Amino acid sequence: MVLPRESTVASRPKPAPRAGDGEAGAPVTRQVTHQVRTEEDLLAVRHAVRAATVEAGFGIVDQTRVVTAASELARNAYVHGGGGTLTIEQVRGPAGRGLRLVVKDDGPGIADLDTALTDGFTTGAGLGHGLGGARRLMDEFTVHTGAGQGTVVVATRWTVR
Amino acid sequence: MSEHRTVGVPILRLGDVLVTGLLNELDDRAAIAFTEELTARISAEGARGVLIDISRLEIIDSFVARTLMELTTVSRLLGARVIVAGMRPPVAITLVELGIELVGVETALNPEQGLAALGWRQAQEPLGGSRRGAAP
Repeated sequence: MVLPRESTVASRPKPAPRAGDGEAGAPVTRQVTHQVRTEEDLLAVRHAVRAATVEAGFGIVDQTRVVTAASELARNAYVHGGGGTLTIEQVRGPAGRGLRLVVKDDGPGIADLDTALTDGFTTGAGLGHGLGGARRLMDEFTVHTGAGQGTVVVATRWTVR
Repeated sequence: MSEHRTVGVPILRLGDVLVTGLLNELDDRAAIAFTEELTARISAEGARGVLIDISRLEIIDSFVARTLMELTTVSRLLGARVIVAGMRPPVAITLVELGIELVGVETALNPEQGLAALGWRQAQEPLGGSRRGAAP
């Protein structure tokens, strides 16, 4: 039996891919990692992401999108991953600034990523919109996971799109 | 179990309507405590309407959305109509993009319109038009 070592799902289609948009491409100008182990951590992470979106120069609607996506991803790591970390990175792309969220957990991983990204699919107490919804709120979205491997989600939103 | 974490917004009563709100810092335990307190008040006081002000919510994620939908359903089962008022425009945009429609949850632009829908009207101008009550 062969389980996929790693499943990745790329971002939703963008109008025009730019050079340097990749995970490793854009220079990171600042990086802070927060623990996601308790309910209080979820609130603290939201505050930190909000402050980072303001610093990056996002407007109020984009701030709301990014903080909401962060809340979904952090909750996933807390509920399904048994806790993890959320790293906030200020990044600079060719067209402008951006914010990248890296959410890691060492939980059981996601055996069927396509299903997990489907609206309405849930194994927990949410609405089942967490992962797929967070993907729609961000410009770039990558999931590295597999049964027994934990999960890493990398999600970026740019100020100029 | 009976740990009572309040969400910080008191539940006021105006006739047969309960008026309350949610704070931004809603977590799972607070949400459960809030649902329990609100439903107890509906039942004890025979409330027919509930106005929930959400203008302080800076985001609504799928957890908070689920809480609102459950509150609405539970209240309806107890005979009370819930109106959620004051959603911020960026929150509405983000909710739609998340794919959440808040099915079954009645909304109003602001608490005044929500209260009006529940049968309350703005107080009329005092007779004579002046606060000091100048005699005609």
